[in-house]
Amino acid sequence: MSEVAIVGIGMHEFGRHEGLSGMDQGVVAVRRALVDSGLTWQDMQFAFGGSKSAGAADLMVSKLGLTGLQFINVSNGCATGGSALFAAWNAIESGMFDLGIAIGFDKHERGAFRPSTGEIGEWYGRSGLALTTQFFAMKINRYMHEFGVTHSALAQVAEKAYRNGAMNPMAWRREPLSADQIKGSKMLSYPLTQYMFCSPGEGGVAIVLASAKRARKMAARPVFLRAAAVRSRRFGSFEVTAPHLAIERSDGPTVDASRTAFEMAGIGPEDVDLAQLQDTESGAEVMHMAENGLCQHGEQERIIAHGETEIDGRLPINTDGGCLANGEPIGASGLRQVYENVLQLRGDAGPRQVPRDPRVAYTHVYGAPGISGVTILSR
Amino acid sequence: MIVWLLSRLPPLDWKAVNMRKQVPVQDGLFSGSAETVRLIGGRCIDCQNHVFPYQSGCPKCSGTEVAKVELGTEGELWTWTIQGYPPKAPPYVGDVEEHDFEPFGVGYVELPDELRVEARLTENDPSRLRIGMPMKLVLVPLTINDLDEEVVTFAFAPKDAGNE
Repeated sequence: MSEVAIVGIGMHEFGRHEGLSGMDQGVVAVRRALVDSGLTWQDMQFAFGGSKSAGAADLMVSKLGLTGLQFINVSNGCATGGSALFAAWNAIESGMFDLGIAIGFDKHERGAFRPSTGEIGEWYGRSGLALTTQFFAMKINRYMHEFGVTHSALAQVAEKAYRNGAMNPMAWRREPLSADQIKGSKMLSYPLTQYMFCSPGEGGVAIVLASAKRARKMAARPVFLRAAAVRSRRFGSFEVTAPHLAIERSDGPTVDASRTAFEMAGIGPEDVDLAQLQDTESGAEVMHMAENGLCQHGEQERIIAHGETEIDGRLPINTDGGCLANGEPIGASGLRQVYENVLQLRGDAGPRQVPRDPRVAYTHVYGAPGISGVTILSR
Repeated sequence: MIVWLLSRLPPLDWKAVNMRKQVPVQDGLFSGSAETVRLIGGRCIDCQNHVFPYQSGCPKCSGTEVAKVELGTEGELWTWTIQGYPPKAPPYVGDVEEHDFEPFGVGYVELPDELRVEARLTENDPSRLRIGMPMKLVLVPLTINDLDEEVVTFAFAPKDAGNE
């Protein structure tokens, strides 16, 4: 077993980019990550990459250089980036390689994600069901009923996201919005308003990884990947695009991936200094705080009201503005979180830098049809 | 005067008057008509777990023998939302023009000892929906197809709606 480090990060700005393909945004991200690492494409021994809607990642070698490297396409919904990183981590940890790259990029049509009901049957989308926004709304509505989370907490989560996004030059939405503006925007799917939802978008992220031995020789400030775990849903969990649920309930894939990652890293939730959690909408951030073990169910209302999840709070969450301010290019979204955590652990996050020299940073993605990916980084 | 009045009336739509034929949004989902509708689900022969719609394998025990069963028609609302904007078409077949679009409820209804089924709700007013309220199965129209048939799907209505 070999320790794995992150030695380079690169990102193409998230948002809407007319005339630029999703893959081109991936290529920009790769080149920026290589510059950051001080390496070249010619040095890469392997790549894992993917997108949901912008083509097969391995096509980008025609622009980056035809070096003959092992390039494997990854397609795993919202966990595509996280799965690419997991695969890269395995490739180095196993001792098979000591230098490679994980890549995620995407470009989606405007508006909500168009339902793709596949195995379930055409009736599901034809009937006006199958929308991801409906799932998130129904999950938080039930959660509010069970644990007393309020509409104000939902607005405060989004308010924080846009405030943090305003300090992030890579973010799509950089205009702060007040809690009242957020609450007062159009009700898209009760109890969630327009500004409580993220939008499908565009962007690219690349992460260069190396064995710890190699990293210590080359990077001034390597950040170590302590854990990467991906889990799918178990029987009894409440997941997106489910025409029925079992009455019997079990923990979702987020709980499982989180527990596994903490075990891998040999630390607990109390050791986490900052976290990037999937905030497809503000209710998701609230629920994912507890599902990732960072608080108890029902504690969120107090934690949010006290500002504990702000950048200068006890447990900063979504310091780069999260999905709400960055939008969601599916293939790139999970790696954006890792990019932000590397910046924070290096102390390079500028005006949104988490104070007190953070050492442990956590990421979490969630997506259809019930999959979660978690990483833990530390210095 | 009478002639003027008649000229102000819209022309009679004889097809609408003659009750359109109703067709299900997809075969195999439910049986019966408006009064007798039942959802067609599955029950695992090994572990008795229920599924909807019918599928050939059991997600609980991985069993491969699943019997077709009619599910219950009444239960409690487990959670809900209101679809406030027009879903993308395709796949949606209902009205998607902003001025025609009517928000609709969506929820999970718990059918006792069986499962929680996701469905459209006939109610779209948040103040009239609450978790735990009793619901019953109905059919609702989605659209008129090219053959001038009314495409219907299943939905749940508040059980006491008729008494209000």
